[in-house]
Amino acid sequence: MSLLRESLQGIHSRLAKKEITSVDLVQESLKRIQEVDGDVRAFLLVDEEGALKRAKELDEKYSKEGTRGLLASLPVGVKDNICTEGLTTTCGSQLLANYQPVYNATVVEKLHNADAITIGKMNMDEFAMGSSNENSSFSPVHNPWDLSTVPGGSSGGSAAAVAAGEVYFALGSDTGGSIRQPAAFTGTVGLKPTYGLISRYGLVAFASSLDQIGPLTKNVEDSAYVLQAIAGHDRNDSTSANVEVPDYLSALTGDVKGLRVGVPKEMMGEGIDPEVKALVQKSLATLESMGSTIEEVSLPHSEYAVATYYLIAPAEASSNLARFDGVRYGVRRYGENLIDLYHETRSKGFGPEVKRRIMLGTYALSSGYYDAYYKKAQQVRTLIAQDFEQLFAKYDVIIGPTTPTTAFKLNERIDDPMTMYANDMCTIPANLAGLPGISVPCGLSNGLPVGLQIIGKPFAEATLLRVAHAFEQATDRLPEPKLGGSRA
Amino acid sequence: MSKYETVVGLEVHVELHTKSKIFCGCSTTFGAEPNTQTCPICLGHPGVLPVLNREAVNFAIKAAMALNCEIATHSKFDRKNYFYPDCPKAYQISQFDQPIGENGWLEIEVDGVKKRIGITRLHLEEDAGKLTHDDDATLVDFNRVGMPLVEIVSEPDLRSPAEAKAYLEKLKSIIQYTGVSDVKLEEGSLRCDANISLRPYGQEKFGTRTELKNLNSFRNIERSLQYEEDRQAKALDAGEKITQQTLRWNEETNEVKVMRSKEQAHDYRYFPEPDLVSLVISDEWKEEIRSSIPELPDSRKARYIKDWGLSNYDADQLTVTRNVADYFEQTVQAGSEAKMAANWITGDLMGYLNSHNLEIHQSNVTPTLLAGMIDLLQKGTISSKIAKTVFKEMIETGKEATKIVEEKGLVQISDEGAIRSEVVKVIQANPQSIDDFKNGKDRALGFLVGQVMKATKGKANPQMVNEMIREELSKL
Repeated sequence: MSLLRESLQGIHSRLAKKEITSVDLVQESLKRIQEVDGDVRAFLLVDEEGALKRAKELDEKYSKEGTRGLLASLPVGVKDNICTEGLTTTCGSQLLANYQPVYNATVVEKLHNADAITIGKMNMDEFAMGSSNENSSFSPVHNPWDLSTVPGGSSGGSAAAVAAGEVYFALGSDTGGSIRQPAAFTGTVGLKPTYGLISRYGLVAFASSLDQIGPLTKNVEDSAYVLQAIAGHDRNDSTSANVEVPDYLSALTGDVKGLRVGVPKEMMGEGIDPEVKALVQKSLATLESMGSTIEEVSLPHSEYAVATYYLIAPAEASSNLARFDGVRYGVRRYGENLIDLYHETRSKGFGPEVKRRIMLGTYALSSGYYDAYYKKAQQVRTLIAQDFEQLFAKYDVIIGPTTPTTAFKLNERIDDPMTMYANDMCTIPANLAGLPGISVPCGLSNGLPVGLQIIGKPFAEATLLRVAHAFEQATDRLPEPKLGGSRA
Repeated sequence: MSKYETVVGLEVHVELHTKSKIFCGCSTTFGAEPNTQTCPICLGHPGVLPVLNREAVNFAIKAAMALNCEIATHSKFDRKNYFYPDCPKAYQISQFDQPIGENGWLEIEVDGVKKRIGITRLHLEEDAGKLTHDDDATLVDFNRVGMPLVEIVSEPDLRSPAEAKAYLEKLKSIIQYTGVSDVKLEEGSLRCDANISLRPYGQEKFGTRTELKNLNSFRNIERSLQYEEDRQAKALDAGEKITQQTLRWNEETNEVKVMRSKEQAHDYRYFPEPDLVSLVISDEWKEEIRSSIPELPDSRKARYIKDWGLSNYDADQLTVTRNVADYFEQTVQAGSEAKMAANWITGDLMGYLNSHNLEIHQSNVTPTLLAGMIDLLQKGTISSKIAKTVFKEMIETGKEATKIVEEKGLVQISDEGAIRSEVVKVIQANPQSIDDFKNGKDRALGFLVGQVMKATKGKANPQMVNEMIREELSKL
């Protein structure tokens, strides 16, 4: 078995016994990237030199100090919208093809403090806009389970790299499902924490009121480890919550007795693939057999979630992306005058989906339309959040499918934005309500993974991890993806 | 007299003198090398987030309170979106519908008439970078980007360029008292735009307005408004329509130039800033700030007139800046009679400071020194004539008045015998004056006093000289 598929405790014990070194771990990762990434295309940048240098430093540090950080020497892939000092951070966009941040995101600092090793930067939909990773302006990412399918998006590179065993874990960002949906498509575990649990400082903003960073891992335990290392208040982010970070690892008890589970009928009805639905039902039966109670519930306003999201997120994006004007950084394209420079830089630098959303958002915020679109959407958002609040008075968690279908084929939906957007119907509500959600694998349908989504109360990540972990322990692990299928 | 009534409203920006910028830790010191006081946050690098500087909020609340505004309990920030190279994020963080303060006012006085001018709102926002237009390039200095500003919008209550100037002077004075800003037009910590329209007297509806920008001195403000008032009146007389547009005052040609018309107006697409949490200003917080506001110019002026009998003019002069008012009060506290202190401060002291470009706190003459000199004057140790000499020496050297008097032998002669012998000598030497005096010519008395003063090198007590001459003459 590859080193990168061993348990975290196993790796740390072998590091302690000096059976392996940090350099071994990095080399294992680099070797695997060499083998498979030509097919998967999960990486936009591999920092071989930096990672090896860091591994050597860590090995020296361990022998000198005798202590290791929580994520000691684990090779991590960082989504390319998270700033890494001196390492090109493109956001999957031509416009930032040459952009090197002068600072590290708070999460990157935290990973560093936990002794993790950044291997490289992960491919993604341009500016995190997309559900298939086909909007990367460099290359689409291929799903390791079937190279002719998409890995999901926008954190497609992060999810695919974990699934393919190229990194030990990865960081993604989730604005409307961008961690959970690719986790579901690639058979990995993806956690979107409560809005405010993890600092957004250094995450290139897409929709500021929805964006959250989170881990993509091969199992729930790893997710708890990573979360432990990166959660917590940051004075550089005013929206980061000043809450105490609990011990997530001790929450992994395997016990779900008495757990009250609500299953929204809106997420189990129209548009959900029958096989996906059947696997979710089987999962619920498993939880029931372990002592949980399962009841059907309703989120009456969730049918407006996608429409609401596609007003709020683009509105914020239209403002957040305005700074990419070619004046101070990024790829500048000259024009006759200042307006031409803006026009050329942005017309040629942004891809079609980003332009579509900038236009949507600009329109929604325009004088005369603001009340009908942006303001109305914010009101509906409040109603959606209230739906959850009411359910959480009676239920501990809300469970359903992460996505309506399994991974679809490359090029299948790229020209049909409405179908593409509808893919996020199960994940968007948690973003709008600011709630934590986790996707865990719950089986295969036609050889492709299906994700089970667990949504919790604000800052109830420990509960989510406990339920997901207990479920994972009670079910068969997915096999390793074979990287089969045609890339064409 | 014109048949039109002028209506002016002012939009004033005041840079708050906080230690660091409003959303990052960069320094706010004026005059640093361009682009040396910047960081990824104020430069709007990808991924950065703003963190609100609480001192800026405190200062804004303080300014709003001093301008009699109602202070919001719930306030928030909004994004104002626009593309321009002075704005690195392509939006300015400002306040749209929940400003820090609303419904304030201040009082102006023009030609002896007092008038209350409404203040619509005061909100907090970040400054933009500073652009310098060259012949073939535009340079940008981001030291200024992210400096905290308050925007203070007046009601359209001003009815003349003179009132507009008075409003701005009073606003500057009040803000200066609170200590939240340097309020220097020449350094840009006070900036002013004006809206002006004309309407026939008696008409309620406002006329079409134009907006004047780049008014960077009190003189420019009054002159540009006079120019625009005149231009609009002529246009209306000629039956033309006023176009709503933004004008730029050119201080070299004394003309306005059109910057943009209404059709080119921006849609700023304001929406709530999602990177900041909303601001809750508790009663305790408000009270804490209220208690830190010093006595303001209007109140001080009234007190000087009522308690100390100063003239309206003197009281005005003394209360324009807090430093001068404090100086005056300290002089009085040190024992000076108020009117005398007022005269010396508004007269010789200010005259000297103005001609040497000094601020009152830079003066060699402290309130204690001035009070010491006035004391000598009140006791009759020196004459007012000698006092002028003493003051001049004092302000150049910072020496105490008693010391100067001692060193230069300037003590007034109040010895009766000494003065009388001089008086007698002078009368004897001027027989013609005796006749004149007897013929009722008062001029003769003045002449004789002058002769005695001359003989004593100005040191004789003039009052005693006067009395003794009368006595001696009446004996004859």
